Amino acid sequence: MHKQTLTDIVAGLRSKAFSSEEITRHYLDRIAKLDDTYNSFITVTAEQALNQARMADEQLANGEQAPLCGVPIAHKDIFCTTGVRTSCASRMLDNFIAPYDATVVENFNAAGTVMLGKTNMDEFAMGSSNETSWYGPVKNPWNTGCVPGGSSGGSAAAVAARLAPGATATDTGGSIRQPASLCGLTGLKPTYGRVSRFGMIAFASSLDQGGTLTQTAEDSALMLQVMAGFDPKDSTCVDKAVPDYCATLNDSLEGLTIGIPREYFSEGLNPDAETAVRNALAELEKLGATLKEITLPHTGLAVPAYYVIAPAECSANLSRFDGVRFGHRCEEPKDLEDMYKRSRAEGFGDEVKRRILVGTYCLSAGFYDAYYRKAQQVRQLIKQDFVEAFSEVDVIMGPTTTAPAFEFGAKGDDPVAMYLEDIYTISTNLAGLPGLSAPCGFVDNKPVGLQMIGNYFAEAKLLNIAHRFQQATDWHQQLPAVVANGTEG
Amino acid sequence: MSIDRSEVEKIAHLARLNITEETLAATTRSLGEVLALVDELQAVDTSGISPLAHPLDTTQRLRADEVTEPNRREQLQENAPAAEDGLFLVPKVID
Amino acid sequence: MKWETVIGLEVHVQLATQSKIFSGASTAFGAEPNTQACAIDLGLPGVLPVLNEEALRYAIMFGLAINADINKRSVFDRKNYFYPDLPKGYQTTQMDHPIVGAGEVEIQLADGNKRTVRIHHAHLEEDAGKSLHEDFHNMSGIDLNRAGTPLIEIVSEPDMRNAEEAVAYARKLHSIVTSLGICDGEMSQGSMRFDVNISVRPQGEREFGTRTETKNLNSFKFMEEAIEKEVARQIEVIEACGADTMEKIQKAITQETRLYNGETGEAKSMRSKEEANDYRYFPCPDLLPVEIDDAYIDVLRDKLPELPDAREARFIEQYQLSAYDASILADEADMASFFEAVCSSSGDAKLSANWCMGELSARLNAEEISIRDIALSAEQLGTLIARITDGTISSKMAKDIFDTLWKSPDKTVDAIIEDQGGGVIADSSELEGMIDEVIANSDKQVENYRKATEDKRPKMLGYFVGQVMKLSQGKAEPKQVNEILLKKLNDLL
Repeated sequence: MHKQTLTDIVAGLRSKAFSSEEITRHYLDRIAKLDDTYNSFITVTAEQALNQARMADEQLANGEQAPLCGVPIAHKDIFCTTGVRTSCASRMLDNFIAPYDATVVENFNAAGTVMLGKTNMDEFAMGSSNETSWYGPVKNPWNTGCVPGGSSGGSAAAVAARLAPGATATDTGGSIRQPASLCGLTGLKPTYGRVSRFGMIAFASSLDQGGTLTQTAEDSALMLQVMAGFDPKDSTCVDKAVPDYCATLNDSLEGLTIGIPREYFSEGLNPDAETAVRNALAELEKLGATLKEITLPHTGLAVPAYYVIAPAECSANLSRFDGVRFGHRCEEPKDLEDMYKRSRAEGFGDEVKRRILVGTYCLSAGFYDAYYRKAQQVRQLIKQDFVEAFSEVDVIMGPTTTAPAFEFGAKGDDPVAMYLEDIYTISTNLAGLPGLSAPCGFVDNKPVGLQMIGNYFAEAKLLNIAHRFQQATDWHQQLPAVVANGTEG
Repeated sequence: MSIDRSEVEKIAHLARLNITEETLAATTRSLGEVLALVDELQAVDTSGISPLAHPLDTTQRLRADEVTEPNRREQLQENAPAAEDGLFLVPKVID
Repeated sequence: MKWETVIGLEVHVQLATQSKIFSGASTAFGAEPNTQACAIDLGLPGVLPVLNEEALRYAIMFGLAINADINKRSVFDRKNYFYPDLPKGYQTTQMDHPIVGAGEVEIQLADGNKRTVRIHHAHLEEDAGKSLHEDFHNMSGIDLNRAGTPLIEIVSEPDMRNAEEAVAYARKLHSIVTSLGICDGEMSQGSMRFDVNISVRPQGEREFGTRTETKNLNSFKFMEEAIEKEVARQIEVIEACGADTMEKIQKAITQETRLYNGETGEAKSMRSKEEANDYRYFPCPDLLPVEIDDAYIDVLRDKLPELPDAREARFIEQYQLSAYDASILADEADMASFFEAVCSSSGDAKLSANWCMGELSARLNAEEISIRDIALSAEQLGTLIARITDGTISSKMAKDIFDTLWKSPDKTVDAIIEDQGGGVIADSSELEGMIDEVIANSDKQVENYRKATEDKRPKMLGYFVGQVMKLSQGKAEPKQVNEILLKKLNDLL
């Protein structure tokens, strides 16, 4: 039952093959049985889920047309949910219960979905391995000795292990696409401004964007259809009509020009991963696409620019966690300053503190121009690279990650090694473009992904390409052995 | 640009983060590594390039001046570490 | 040495919007703590700001009123610092690209001279909450109702040279923003607050001395006192250390933030906040650049209400007021429109002006209330004045009636006159009767009057007039009383 895609579940519910309560219970049972291994959920909302499911069943019986009525999904624990703890995987918010829903959550509720729970993640979405969570690391269902990627590692692991048919996620520098690649999923980061950020706890406001982790591109289209759209509560959310993402999934790829940036096939790329990506590109050629080598000359500067901009924004975004109105407060502060300093030092983990300090430094007097302003200028150059490229090609493709999932602790104490994990994904965030990662092969029995970068608001095109690719291949249908042969229950 | 311990202490104070003597060395080292990475930016000629703060070239939307938020004090203060008589309590503020 | 004072002002003006600058919470003053602080004002995780258009309009209107450049593109920045009344750990403000650019206002001084004060810029920002220092088990209480109230901060050039000029400038701003209707001007509620930058230098010196900033003054009186005390302090400090070069003078004064307590008249240095502040301004990524075009500005320009200077000129022209009267009455929009209503109802501009500036203003001051909050209507005051001009009542009686009217605004002027036994007694036979009675009961005074020399007699008349007024309960028409008395007493000579 859990091998079904989200699309299958929608159909099954409509044809009354099973009820929402049945399918919800099935996933809840799997979570209860298996998640001790994966640690993909921070909070499981079993009771609430079953109530929602029963209500959905009633609505379905009454001919309810809400698009995802009764479909169970999981939300990354960065999206605020009324009455249910939203921790952002931080000790700081271990006891925080938002009195409001994120717009994304509201949209899914309106679409009739059932929330199974809140998924684990890197603390405040800062990390690429899900090792920075206050609630412990998440394990990759393909190899539990490896990381699932991050920051949306919990959402990715939950879907990969089929503890949920699909999940919401967020991507600031690759936090959807990298775990999608490492967990064999389809991960979509929409154009900046396509999905509301209201109620999505901010890491770096000008880079953060909500998106999806699903089994297929078709599932992603279903979820994006619900998530995307204008929100008057978010000044940066764009008021632009949302196309029917499912309607164009089967469009022909004849005449499609795919740009292949030479910078994305650099030294650091695992040769087997490169082969997988090259094979996938060949497959797309068979479907009618033409490949064209292009250059994105400032790619190498994306990681340095990102590690100024994202920390700078986060250093201010995370100042509200001060122990005054909500969140962790230290025991018996001796004065105000002591309260601030100890509450924040205790509430935040090392990586979060590191980024706050880097951001504070880059913005401090005397360094603003050299770091922050410089990084924003480089950001402009990176955007211009893409703008020029898109004057020649319809979509840009390359690997999502340099290699498949790595082992826990592999990046050691070196923050920079971890930061370079996002080398292919980060420029997309800096430019605000949509990006998608789809499974395209295996390296050492671990999945790797093909990254597709679209022009602004070209999500439908990315989903169309990914869907046609998935019609022609079966990488996305591969399951971790334990899930496939059911040995895990 | 490298960073030394006193600078780390200064920014930790600005960021209101307690840093213990034991962790100061490690923090200084790891910040140094990150700053070495971002220092790659210094090699780029960006003269005449306008800084990009937002990925999309859009402008601020405006809200009508209407009171839409009712009083939800009780609910909003449920998360407060310390509150009394409707006020959030903090260690004494000295001007 | 002769010293020159240099003063620049940063004025915070709370904009009179219904809702906050970035949220839909109410800005009404005086609510229970934290009942007007929504999730956005509290800076809860995940919430986002959206700009209130009215706040933007108000800021532009101010810019137009001071002939400033309106920046078609303005940007919100974050000013980072930790303080319990600052929920997000940063204040959203405008640093490099404020909405209002350079402008100027003209001030008038007591000697009639005019001066121009240049305004460097004015920007939009959010107000902070309040820390209440009552003792909660040695804790402070934080009320965030005020957090997110829209402000414009108006930054002047260091163009003022003494407390009088600074106060005149501050009053002028008060007059402009209240005339525009963009601020309620309630100083006691903190609707306008002044930060004063003060330095001194030897007369004729071009370089500036080291300045101190006295923050958060919320009355003109306190501002004046604070300036005078700070100037005296700086001169004393400089003279005490015998600084005789500009470099030494600058070194003698510590650049610091000071707090003036209006109640005690004492100022103190806020050394606890002295720690090297580094606000790390950067553009707020949650807000986009604000872009407006000429058409948007023109609509506001066309709708701009009458400004104090124009109103003053009109009052002189239309009501033939003296420049002084006009400047006082035209200063505040509320007083000006009240005066105009009184005028149209009374038909006598000069008398209406006298009453508004005299009796009415005295009463407002005594009771410390705003003209907007009084129950007495302009029509009532106008009628009262009309009864003076038509001779129904005397000025003296009018003051009593005003008093009654003030306390019982539901009554009409004519009813009060009736209650108090009618208007002025101008009937000569009635007056003659009273005068005869007074003379009959004043043998001694009559005798003295008769004996007195001619030049002393006019002074002695006062006694008889007084007695007649007493007898008539103040209603006797004084001019007639005088005439009749004089005639009757002279008949007795």
